[in-house]
Amino acid sequence: MTASLATVAYIGATILFILSLGGLSSPESSRRGNLYGIIGMTIAVLATIFGPRVTLAGVPWIIAAMVVGGSIGLYAARKVQMTQMPELVALMHSLVGLAACLVGFASYIDTAVILEGAEKAIHEVEIYVGILIGAVTFSGSIIAFGKLSGRIGGKPLLLPARHWINLLGLLIVIWYGREFIHAETASAGMIPLAVMTVIALLFGIHMVMAIGGADMPVVVSMLNSYSGWAAAATGFMLSNDLLIVTGALVGSSGAILSYIMCRAMNRNFISVIAGGFGTSGGAVAKKPDGEPAGEVVPVSAQETAQLLKDAKSVIIVPGYGMAVAQAQHAVREIVEHLREKGTKVRFGIHPVAGRMPGHMNVLLAEAKVPYDIVLEMDEINEDFPDTDVSMVIGANDIVNPAAQDDPTSPIAGMPVLEVWKARTSIVMKRSMASGYAGVDNPLFYKENNRMLFGDAKKTLEEVLGAFRG
Amino acid sequence: MPLTIGVPKEIYPGERRVATVPEVVEKLRKLGFSVVVESDAGAAANFDDESYRNAGAGIAANAAELWSSSDIVFKVRAPDAGEVALIKPGTTLVSFIWPAQNPDLMQALVARKANVLAIDALPRQLSRAQKMDALTSMAGISGYRAVIEAANAFGRFFNGQITAAGKIPPAKVFIAGAGVAGLAAIGTAANLGAIVRANDTRAEVADQVISLGGEFVKVDYEEEGSGGGGYAKVMSEGFQQAQREMYAKQAADADIIITTALIPGKPAPRLITAEMVKTMKPGSVIVDMAAEQGGNCELTEPGQTVVKHGVTIVGYTDLPSRLAKQSSTLYSTNLLRLTEELCKAKDGTIDINMEDDAIRGLTVIKDGAITWPAPPPKLPAAPPPKPAVAAAPAPKGHGHGATGPMPAGTLAIVFGVGAVLFWLIGAFAPPAFLSHFTVFVLACFVGYMVVWNVTPALHTPLMSVTNAISSIIAIGALVQIAPPLLDTPRPDAWIRGLAALALVLTAVNMFGGFAVTRRMLAMFRK
Repeated sequence: MTASLATVAYIGATILFILSLGGLSSPESSRRGNLYGIIGMTIAVLATIFGPRVTLAGVPWIIAAMVVGGSIGLYAARKVQMTQMPELVALMHSLVGLAACLVGFASYIDTAVILEGAEKAIHEVEIYVGILIGAVTFSGSIIAFGKLSGRIGGKPLLLPARHWINLLGLLIVIWYGREFIHAETASAGMIPLAVMTVIALLFGIHMVMAIGGADMPVVVSMLNSYSGWAAAATGFMLSNDLLIVTGALVGSSGAILSYIMCRAMNRNFISVIAGGFGTSGGAVAKKPDGEPAGEVVPVSAQETAQLLKDAKSVIIVPGYGMAVAQAQHAVREIVEHLREKGTKVRFGIHPVAGRMPGHMNVLLAEAKVPYDIVLEMDEINEDFPDTDVSMVIGANDIVNPAAQDDPTSPIAGMPVLEVWKARTSIVMKRSMASGYAGVDNPLFYKENNRMLFGDAKKTLEEVLGAFRG
Repeated sequence: MPLTIGVPKEIYPGERRVATVPEVVEKLRKLGFSVVVESDAGAAANFDDESYRNAGAGIAANAAELWSSSDIVFKVRAPDAGEVALIKPGTTLVSFIWPAQNPDLMQALVARKANVLAIDALPRQLSRAQKMDALTSMAGISGYRAVIEAANAFGRFFNGQITAAGKIPPAKVFIAGAGVAGLAAIGTAANLGAIVRANDTRAEVADQVISLGGEFVKVDYEEEGSGGGGYAKVMSEGFQQAQREMYAKQAADADIIITTALIPGKPAPRLITAEMVKTMKPGSVIVDMAAEQGGNCELTEPGQTVVKHGVTIVGYTDLPSRLAKQSSTLYSTNLLRLTEELCKAKDGTIDINMEDDAIRGLTVIKDGAITWPAPPPKLPAAPPPKPAVAAAPAPKGHGHGATGPMPAGTLAIVFGVGAVLFWLIGAFAPPAFLSHFTVFVLACFVGYMVVWNVTPALHTPLMSVTNAISSIIAIGALVQIAPPLLDTPRPDAWIRGLAALALVLTAVNMFGGFAVTRRMLAMFRK
């Protein structure tokens, strides 16, 4: 295959990747979108292997590496539970980051490429930046994986003067960058490069450690974005347009997702990255003076079933608690019973419900809930006043009226699902503990609210029993 | 020792309600009480003795037997002299009492050394008390029934229709007073298809009127009519004048008028004069829900339906009782909630806790001493009119791409910074870099445009597919594994090792990412 043919194949792959992202705009076209992505990737890989830059000597290596990696990937994809998707995605981001680092190092020690003057400087900057982004992505994703899978506590770890530490790290990175570019030989450049890599790794760890569990959706999509930028930087390093384009596509898509998530939480992107909750130095939200007054009215599973049976319209608001308890199948069965009776059942999904963007949609889809009854917050918020029963399953902050009523609340201004406007709201929760934001929820004390305590799955199964009985 | 709750048959003429229904009997028994019901107590509300027996209640043959065997008596109407005579000392009576209107009854009850909880004396402004608020549940039923009575007396359809036999205009219903009863009437009439207008001196109810499908008619005069406790107050003369004009106008236009205006402790305001009735179309209907307190209409005869000037005026005073099964069910649930408050231990005994604001308000006689009227509850100092909290600007929807344009200043800064950056790159970067840079910038924009259209439901698959696509970095590893040899030597083993490892990692990502996306997308179905 000639260089021109390879280039044309790359253009084809690029188009397919764009179509792939575009295809995900609706569930109907999404499967085709994924297929486009697969075809694009296949074309890109084959064109490279048979292209001018790879000789036959490398093919056995390539096949071996692909087989090993591919089988691990396929196995993981088959085994993963839908509730563990965020962890898997975070882990995969870390692989991209690590790969970018490795390619960067390999490119640096490759003395076959000889450049002069500005081109050499630019090439070295590209390597430096590529490894930097790759390393941050790698260590950040590993920590994100640890937090999401519960191996590391969800509470933000806030070192004193952490902003100064970050700034110091940045200065060191810049200074060693200068050293690196001025280095005469490859081995002389190795020390600045290694120091920078270590600092970047530490920075990634530090950055994600400081981010609270509730901000995880932002982090996951941000790391997604980083993995794209890492690919783009690699593309610059290797003068490969396909890598640049694809990396930029992924990078900007992740950036937009992070932006959407931030807006859904009414948070400033910078303050999320800076870590902790709240912009005021990230101290854990102090309780407002006026504790919500009133009493909490608990109900039994049987009474809940009765409320649901009597309702003409029901909106279900799932949260992370549903994911943790794996309760999506029980929810679906209840929904089926209700729909058979002619009850109008819909789901209201907050953009940041769960631990990654769109987490709830995937879980509900897994349980075979039809996606046309699963609505976004903006689509459904106006309908709560006309709803008989709103049922909140394992969610807290996203249904907290304090976000609207109490300007001193740490989550003030965050858009929330207005479940309390329904005739009756039922909140399923394990206990009265507050959510990730550490904010008490006045919803629980509202006159028309009922609390159904217990593990979501167990309680929902009891409700289901009451339906069958 | 568990106490016995007695439910006598209501003896007031025409009263069909019963204070406890079989369903609630079961729940009372769960609280530890035993329940005795007078024979035929629920007959008029379609609850026979058998159903009470099945729910676990005892049946008392007559009133005397019932009153003598009960420690607590649940009633609907206030007891008459004959019933008071049956009360044994120490009995707790729960019922409507209207202590202000019935001082003689109060004295008689004191003489019997009873404890009396007047359900009408409940401090309604306590949100905690709403579940026990029988006035509200009865008012809701009255409002519904008032519309049904009006429809019954009205000779036309409520909803407008276009039929082969011609066009039928919708009925116009005017509702005076948008309290609980008025709101129920608005909702019912609107559901029947009528054009509903309503007025209230309290301006804050306008939204509620609209939410039920009614139209709020304003009196053209500035005065706020909230009298505290959720009731209206007497208005100034100027206001009343403007109000009369408005009513006159509405009367001439409306087919049906339903009046619900009440001011606590005062006779009902005269809203509809004889003159206004004369201006109404023949066949029109007035339902005066304030008939018991003298009526909002001059020509109302309490308890009767009369036709005057061609207008049917319904003055029934027993509207809830005309829907006996429904009102008994709601009333007995209210009493059940009250019992739960009295019997927190669920051991079949009651504790009249005078520290509890709700209970304190209800209790009009305790141990043979009058405790009415209760001091105003200490709790929420009737939330004063909020200093017009400018309803926080509705949070912007996260409409995709549909946000308003950036403020001009921000935009200028963004463009300025962009221009400087581009100038720097253009000034110093070599041409080879620039071509890559072009591609990069354009790709960022393509990504931006494409991703805005992705529905939030697919954000997770989007992330996993972009993650899979980012394993395009494999290309970087591929070209390093075994490039065509050049003259310059290179550390081949090292590079190949690093590249092969990178390739393994990206392959995990590539295959895993696409496979998991596929798995997820396969689940999305309509």
